[in-house]
Amino acid sequence: MTVFVLLPLLSFVFFLLPKKFQSIYNVLLTVATAAISSYFAITVISSGSTLNEDLPLVFWGNQLNITIDLLSAFFILIVNFTVITGAVFAIEYMRMYNEKKRADLSLHFFSFFWLLFSMLMVCMFHNMIAFLVAWEIMSVASFVLVIFEYEKPEVIKAGINYLVQMHIGALLLIVACILVYNATGQYTWDALTAYFYDHKNIPLFLLFFIGFGIKAGFVPFHTWLPHAHPAAPTHISGIMSGVMIKMGIYGILRILLHVQSDLLAIGIIILVISAISGIAGVGNAIIQHDLKKLLAYHSIENIGIIGIGIGVGLIGVATNNDLIAILGFGGGILHVLNHSLFKSLLFYSTGSVYLNTHTREIDKLGGLIKKMPHTAILFLVASIAICGLPPFNGFVSEFIIYNGFAESMIASSIGIKILMMFAMLSLVVIGGLAIFCFTKAFGIVFLGTPRHIKIENVKEVKWFTLFPQYIILTVIVVIGIFPILISNLFFQLAGMFTHKTILIPEATMLNISSISRFALLFIGITIIIYFLKKYFIKNKIVERAPTWGCGYTGNADKMQYTASSYAENYSHDMDNLLNQKTHYKTIADEEIFPKERTYKTHSESLAEEKLFLRITEFLKKILNRLAFVQTGKTQHYIMYMFVLLIALILLTIFNVI
Amino acid sequence: MRATGIIMILIASLVFPGIITRVKSIASGRKGPGLFQPMLDILRLLKKGTIYSTTTSFIFKIAPVIYFSTILTAAFLLPFDNQPGLLSFKGDFIAFSYILALGKFFMIIAALDTGSAFEGMGASREALYSMLVEPAFLILMASFAMFTGHTSFYEIYSSIYFGSYIAVFVGVLAAYNLFQIIMVENSRVPYDDPKTHLELTMIHEVMVLDNSGFDLALINFASALKFVIFGTLISNFFFAPDTSIYLGILIFLAIQFVFAVIVGVAESFRARFKLRNNNKAIVLLAPISILIFLSLLMLLTNQN
Repeated sequence: MTVFVLLPLLSFVFFLLPKKFQSIYNVLLTVATAAISSYFAITVISSGSTLNEDLPLVFWGNQLNITIDLLSAFFILIVNFTVITGAVFAIEYMRMYNEKKRADLSLHFFSFFWLLFSMLMVCMFHNMIAFLVAWEIMSVASFVLVIFEYEKPEVIKAGINYLVQMHIGALLLIVACILVYNATGQYTWDALTAYFYDHKNIPLFLLFFIGFGIKAGFVPFHTWLPHAHPAAPTHISGIMSGVMIKMGIYGILRILLHVQSDLLAIGIIILVISAISGIAGVGNAIIQHDLKKLLAYHSIENIGIIGIGIGVGLIGVATNNDLIAILGFGGGILHVLNHSLFKSLLFYSTGSVYLNTHTREIDKLGGLIKKMPHTAILFLVASIAICGLPPFNGFVSEFIIYNGFAESMIASSIGIKILMMFAMLSLVVIGGLAIFCFTKAFGIVFLGTPRHIKIENVKEVKWFTLFPQYIILTVIVVIGIFPILISNLFFQLAGMFTHKTILIPEATMLNISSISRFALLFIGITIIIYFLKKYFIKNKIVERAPTWGCGYTGNADKMQYTASSYAENYSHDMDNLLNQKTHYKTIADEEIFPKERTYKTHSESLAEEKLFLRITEFLKKILNRLAFVQTGKTQHYIMYMFVLLIALILLTIFNVI
Repeated sequence: MRATGIIMILIASLVFPGIITRVKSIASGRKGPGLFQPMLDILRLLKKGTIYSTTTSFIFKIAPVIYFSTILTAAFLLPFDNQPGLLSFKGDFIAFSYILALGKFFMIIAALDTGSAFEGMGASREALYSMLVEPAFLILMASFAMFTGHTSFYEIYSSIYFGSYIAVFVGVLAAYNLFQIIMVENSRVPYDDPKTHLELTMIHEVMVLDNSGFDLALINFASALKFVIFGTLISNFFFAPDTSIYLGILIFLAIQFVFAVIVGVAESFRARFKLRNNNKAIVLLAPISILIFLSLLMLLTNQN
């Protein structure tokens, strides 16, 4: 454990290293950190007991100690896995920024380490103050990582937006922690049980939920995501979207472990917010032109799916139905893992595209599959997985959640039945929209012919960049085909929330194993037909000719469908909800020779425009009135101090304070 | 024998498109081709070589294979006459819907792979319509699951069949909705017209403009298979718990025949929707499913 505490000292080495070695050293340091923390986590998972250890540190008069239970161990493992892949991916990606100053790169990698370390601390600390400090380090480190390209104004804007929103979240968490301390006199998570035991549950839970929800990106607290992800370097987006926003989920789960009453109401609240998040996330994703912004909206969608699972699980706990509880929580937590896999993979392969084409505009790309076949396959598999289609891992978690709906529809009261039907409806809609979105993203970026960018010089990324991505791909496939390997862990995790030991029904495990039979059946049939096709066309003439264009064989690149035209039939019908803005000056009657024009559309987040901008505008107006005190003259400021002093003296004399 | 279902589905799919074509010919006053003509066409395609567009990649080559195998896999899940399908598990109706979606996913990206504006158009429409129709199907199946208390095709069908306690109104509504879902899923009139000759108004047909030879044969056979699979969803309602296997086969073939005739008649006497209105028409199927859910819920609470 002492070794683990000393690791941060090694992070300062970054400032001494030359540019060349920094990314390699980063990988080494990341692997070392991950190996040590994973060792603890694996010990906990294999032994099934909680690990408690005192750190050789005293903080705020408290002996610091770390506690790793099953929930922490699980999150530690997924953090480590994604961050290692991100660090390896960064080696080639960061070469793009070779002209940057050494200090910039050093600071970047330094923050990278601290992001990893703080995420691990967030999972390990059960002391609230230490937790909040770790939480703050996490926000600041990720802020520094986001603003890596600080010379671009939009990056700084996105970064500040992120920082402010994170601190609103942190503020709510601090208030919540103070409330708990005031009531119980303790600073540990366990004090929550005592608090929830004799106080109203919903208000404090909501405080925590919003605080953590801003990090996780539940609608309407999601507005930082679509700005921050495109601004950050790609490996950072992958890590932030893959695991950092999951820290919000970790926090919510941690609180839920202690909630005592009103479980049904809390479950319904989470379910409804999550369903809205899911639909709003994917609904907005479809019309994005920026590939990373599209993926950012998909993070919101997937957080929604995770939340739906948690909501169903809670309703199961509230109605004393263990099977529903296990299916809901198990599916939700499994989706945390699954999303960390395919979302990081999507971001990395997007990064490979950006590395070669220097654009993230979907409409400009096309035909990349011929130049970057590996990246295309990686992106394709991750797309299928994120749509929740078999035989990959996304299907497994969604299938378990669907089973939760179905069981709940059968066993619960009328109100819950109707609620579950609508929850199921939302998950189906999410799935359908995701397919719409990813056929667009994959089809336009990788297929067809190049639309604007010349791709002659595009080449596949290096093998050591592909390597971590193929590792992720392997995990995606293994979970998709053999979920039985890990399902036990997830049902155990889910069992924590029912507060009793639960024997998983034989039938449920059997059902999980039938997913693998289903997947294998599909793969088997596909292979048979594939070889049948090989056999059939063996002696036939296979020609290549231009695409059918009604007789037109000229250059049809510009005639292809683009991301915007692909989504047009959808966005046309959804206009009111998507809040699209068009920038185009129509041709006036008197304009006989029209000048060159541009046509541009983009969509503004409805929550941001209607909710947050209004609040900030209002605050600006109010606070502007106070601007008269800020005169800029030293004499005035001295006078303020003088007045304050007098006031304090007077107040003391009259015994007011 | 649990394999009866899949064998019967394959047999029925050989004549199914033939019956539809024949009915349409008769309705328009022609004699029409033989019942096996569509299958003979497929056989001839198998013998032909293939042309691939220079724009396409391996996606275009594997997509028909995957499309066909998703539909065949889905067929394995279906029960037949009091016997579960070769693969039956809790929530298999979800797997059924998702595996079909995987096939559509590949057909859509294969269409985009050609880089043709026509096929992009078809892909975009197909993606939208399949997205809109999916809720209707899953909520419909979930209603039955809720009503019967079971979550697999086999268990649902063995505790519910036409003529049992299910109210006539709900049955009619469900049959209507399932029929509409089938028409969307199979790209038929009134949502799409497989016989249209203008690329701009096609949906499914325009997506396979560039496929030829073995690939086209697979796609055409898959379409026939898909029809029969959905027909099986209907025919399963007609198996009473004590139906023998021979009677079951007879009922199955009869239902498939009637279903094909109904499709043929509907296609002959009905115009297709205006493309812009398709979205609205399809999205309305989901509320009908919700209505069925609520009606069944009311029935269920009255019983208790």
